[in-house]
Amino acid sequence: MSVTNSKIQSSGHFRTRPVAASFIMFGGIIALLLAIAVSVSFGAADIDIFTVWEAIFNFNPAMTPHQVIQELRLPRILGSALVGACFAVSGAIMQGMTRNPLADSGLLGLNAGAGLMLAVCYAFIPGLPYFGIIAFSFVGAAIGAVLVFGIGSLAKGGLTPVRLVLAGVAVSALLVALSEGIALYYRIGQDLAFWYAGGAAGTRWMHLKVMFPLIGAALLAAMIISRNITMLSLGEEVAVGLGQRTKLIKTVAIIIVLILAGTAVSVVGAVSFVGLIVPHLTRYLVGVDYRFIIPCSAILGSLLVVLADLTARMINPPHEFPIGAIIALIGVPFFLYLARKERRGL
Amino acid sequence: MNTPVFASSRRKQKRAYAVMLIIGMLVFITFVISMNTGHIRLTVMEVFKTLFGMGTDRQWLILYEFRLPRIVISVLVGAALAVSGAILQGISRNALADPGILGINAGAGLMVMLFVFLNPVTTAAPVYMLPVLALFGSGFAAFLIYILSYKKHEGISPTRLVLSGIGVSAGISSAMIVLTLKLDPDKYHFVATWLAGSIWGTNWKFVSALLPWVIILLPFVFYKARVLNVLNLGEQTSVGLGASVKKEQLWLLAAAVGLAGSAVSVSGGIGFVGLIAPHLARRLVGPRHELLLPTAALTGSLLLIAADTIGRSIFQPMEIPVGIVVAVIGAPYFLYLLARTKG
Repeated sequence: MSVTNSKIQSSGHFRTRPVAASFIMFGGIIALLLAIAVSVSFGAADIDIFTVWEAIFNFNPAMTPHQVIQELRLPRILGSALVGACFAVSGAIMQGMTRNPLADSGLLGLNAGAGLMLAVCYAFIPGLPYFGIIAFSFVGAAIGAVLVFGIGSLAKGGLTPVRLVLAGVAVSALLVALSEGIALYYRIGQDLAFWYAGGAAGTRWMHLKVMFPLIGAALLAAMIISRNITMLSLGEEVAVGLGQRTKLIKTVAIIIVLILAGTAVSVVGAVSFVGLIVPHLTRYLVGVDYRFIIPCSAILGSLLVVLADLTARMINPPHEFPIGAIIALIGVPFFLYLARKERRGL
Repeated sequence: MNTPVFASSRRKQKRAYAVMLIIGMLVFITFVISMNTGHIRLTVMEVFKTLFGMGTDRQWLILYEFRLPRIVISVLVGAALAVSGAILQGISRNALADPGILGINAGAGLMVMLFVFLNPVTTAAPVYMLPVLALFGSGFAAFLIYILSYKKHEGISPTRLVLSGIGVSAGISSAMIVLTLKLDPDKYHFVATWLAGSIWGTNWKFVSALLPWVIILLPFVFYKARVLNVLNLGEQTSVGLGASVKKEQLWLLAAAVGLAGSAVSVSGGIGFVGLIAPHLARRLVGPRHELLLPTAALTGSLLLIAADTIGRSIFQPMEIPVGIVVAVIGAPYFLYLLARTKG
């Protein structure tokens, strides 16, 4: 047993690292809590940590700092944490399921669909309230996903990973082209660019109340099927051979991705990079078992977005820097470093 | 020799030649249609007369100075991008690979955006400066990605190339987003049109800038088709079959960069052709690169020339960027093929 184990370890393809994973989960949660605490107290108006504590556990509506924390900062910070987890987990599922390192949740046509609906909103219904925009972009994301999934499974021989990925690319390209056309014609490209740049500033408790149960349920479901995703990531034949009902799992996985990424995209915009790099990062740290990858991705994704949001507010207060750019600034060098050390499969 | 395997492969080959012939004829037909579409209509007879030097001066001007260069450029750009995409998909063995993963679109886009951002006026100068800048930008991005994915003793692995490509492109794109938010609306509109992809060169100078790349690199790549077949089997198998993998990869990559970089510099960010034309070709003639590469080149040309014709005729006198039209007509056809064919 130990001999085979060491052989597998030395081949470098199928290693898992439960110890590293538990360390990340434990340390990650502490780091996340710290980051949230720091993030709540820093901002355009500096508020010390004691007041933050007071505002959360001993809320006094008469005090302005308490108001700022309760109404503006807490929701956006919790929102960014949730969104980070959403993007990271949905990216991990997509990469595992399609066995393609280039895959992320955007491939399901979610970002493109939401973007098209947004372009339609800006062009034809200007002055739509924020909540309406969120609702529209969620509908758009769902339309994109249904198109990709539907066309992918229409084909003879059913929905193979390659076909899903290709259908995703083509549908996304079509939807993006349509929204580019609308944007150029109505000259609303720059407004859309703000959305593409991403930002959590508009998040309120109301959104969190809608988001939280959805996302919580989807994350739980992702944990439940994580074992099956690991098997799918070994290849369709292997998964079938191991007794997996691949069709069912894929359908469930896609619904999970739709809920997670659709909600996240509609709230903060297309911050696609999180879903692409965090799973790679996690896989590098904890190995190839999705039982570890999914929770660790969630935590690391949250941490990344919370920190990026903090940085976005700190660079030039009271103006905000686009969060997507910050994430790239933190993420790209690190990702490139990992890509250089890359030795494993998916 | 007449085993079923050979018979079927020969039948496939015949079919592939038929497909190429049909696409070639479609390119020609679209070529002619494209020449008589526009603000001033010319009949087919007039087009032919003028082509052979028997038209009026005005017809000659319209055809030779405005329409022909543009059409020739779309044919060349389409072929270049498609072949570049086919090479990258072959080398990296990744269905999602396109010239974009070499950072070519992103690099060119960033340079153009920086230029527009820093320059107070957006009039005469850019038209001649842009292709040079774009070529420089895409070359630089590709070089950066190559350096990042290169390792001593190991050379470049396809996985590392793809991953470094994602990283660098993402970095460049976010730099572009930051710039986008700071541009004033008119400049933004200019850049957005460029990024969506439009044929810039309505001028023979651009043709002569692009033509050498295509004339030299396309035959070279066609000549290397067998090597691509082998590389497509995976690194270990190719080494086993006796290919000097590192060297071949490097040559083919360089060819892909040269083709896509020169194409993007005159056409703006038309990424989709490089992604989709090889897939369309693969679904039409199968995975053998001897057949796949020429078919992809023809398909790319057809897509682009058709898209350009539609883009400038449908909402006259306004032009729709050709990149948008390519996606709108290419994607549904691709999805149809995807749903119809196996594997």
